[in-house]
Amino acid sequence: MNEKVTWVTLVPTVVLAAVGLIAWQAAIWIGDLPPILLPSPWAVLRSGWELRTTLFRGACVTGAAALAGFAASLVVGTLLAALMSQSRMLRLALFPYVILLQTVPIVAIAPLLVIWSGYEFRTVVLVTLIISLFPIINNVTEGLLAISPDRLDLFRLYGASRWETLWRLRVPAAVSHLMLGARTSSGLAVIGAIVAEFFVGNGGSSYNGLGTLMTGWQSLGKTAALMAALCVSTLLGIMMFCGVQWVSNTLLKRWMAND
Amino acid sequence: MLRGIDATFRAGEIVSLIGSSGCGKTTLLRTIAGLVPTASGELSIDPPARGRGGELAFVFQQPTLLPWRTSVENVALSIQLTGLQLTGLGVGKREALARAADELSAMELPREAFGRFPRELSGGMRMRVSLARALVTRPSVLLLDEPFAALDDMSRGALGDLLLRRWDARPFTAVLVTHNIAEAVLLSHRIFVMGRGQIGAGIIDELPRPRDESVRVSSRFGELYGRVSAELRRVAAEGVADVAMMPAGGPR
Repeated sequence: MNEKVTWVTLVPTVVLAAVGLIAWQAAIWIGDLPPILLPSPWAVLRSGWELRTTLFRGACVTGAAALAGFAASLVVGTLLAALMSQSRMLRLALFPYVILLQTVPIVAIAPLLVIWSGYEFRTVVLVTLIISLFPIINNVTEGLLAISPDRLDLFRLYGASRWETLWRLRVPAAVSHLMLGARTSSGLAVIGAIVAEFFVGNGGSSYNGLGTLMTGWQSLGKTAALMAALCVSTLLGIMMFCGVQWVSNTLLKRWMAND
Repeated sequence: MLRGIDATFRAGEIVSLIGSSGCGKTTLLRTIAGLVPTASGELSIDPPARGRGGELAFVFQQPTLLPWRTSVENVALSIQLTGLQLTGLGVGKREALARAADELSAMELPREAFGRFPRELSGGMRMRVSLARALVTRPSVLLLDEPFAALDDMSRGALGDLLLRRWDARPFTAVLVTHNIAEAVLLSHRIFVMGRGQIGAGIIDELPRPRDESVRVSSRFGELYGRVSAELRRVAAEGVADVAMMPAGGPR
């Protein structure tokens, strides 16, 4: 999706949201659903406004954990990809474990990490790092290796060292791939942070991210507050994605087109 | 990999390799560059030069510019890669960019294009940058793999003339792979016709220099064009290679 977003292109999205809200309210009226099962959009909005300070603080905590995990995944993922690009043997050795990162369900690892690392902010960052890592490693490795033979020959002809070829050719060529992986990882980072917070919140610590708030409100039957937290976490994910997109489109313009 | 090819390229001469696709011209060029090993035969180039240090430069069929570098930064790349080997200290970025800008001026690239990225340049401008990148290290040997093949006739002619002017100013040994007989006749001292993995005796190009418009329209140009064309047909008739027939109309 590279279409330019304007006010006109936003109209279908807004119309669809309005239709969804009307259908939601209609389902409550027609089905006569109790608020604990499905609160009205208005009740969710009111609850969100009343809990705005708590939600804002929770969003800040979750956002910080997601950002820290996402940043760590950029650094660790890029370094691992650079390592893997240097040797086929290393790729063969490491790639099965990289795939493992993608296939092992994060909800199964999170309780283990909580046991090992504690009911702490760092555990949330760790879970976020693990869930965000695969797209970065996968895309950056692909970018580092997808160099045209002529460009490699040019560097070989001038006797460029392995380091010079990596630094001056492979890494810049992989930047657009890194941005592609970062876009996927940014969304996953928020998911990872909230999943980790589900477990971190159970330890009675003072940690209060959106995930811990959600588990608390779920046990108290505060469905409207729970849904308000869900909306805020979605917004957080969108903000992360848009931030990465902005970096892609503006700061890294020179990498966006090939000759 | 080529087998049994013997060829000598003399100091300061421009040699064209001409032949149909797949006959091994590019492989021969890459063998001279040291990018492909040779199985047998003897290739001799004067002066013996290596890419390390920038004594030998290669111009690819595509400009092969780095899209994240501006024109001047692309040209500076050669200096940056070879500078360390030349001086042991490397070349500062400012100095590399200054030398790159001088080379781009010599290649007659408009100054406003120095800071542009490859995607913002025309095909002819990109090839000027590519040639500048090769020439900026002042190589004694220049290898050119159909550098003008993707260009229109106007750009092709202009870049051929420019290459000759650069050679006139500072002669270097050049090996040019081309499909274009007129280009080979205009630029070269000798022309080798190649069949499948085989190289013929060189045809000596005795046209006077400088090769200006009067040379291009002379009867001697037409005679030489005919000789090269006949040699290509002979190679094809021997079944050594499928030689594409010349474009109608003959030489320009």
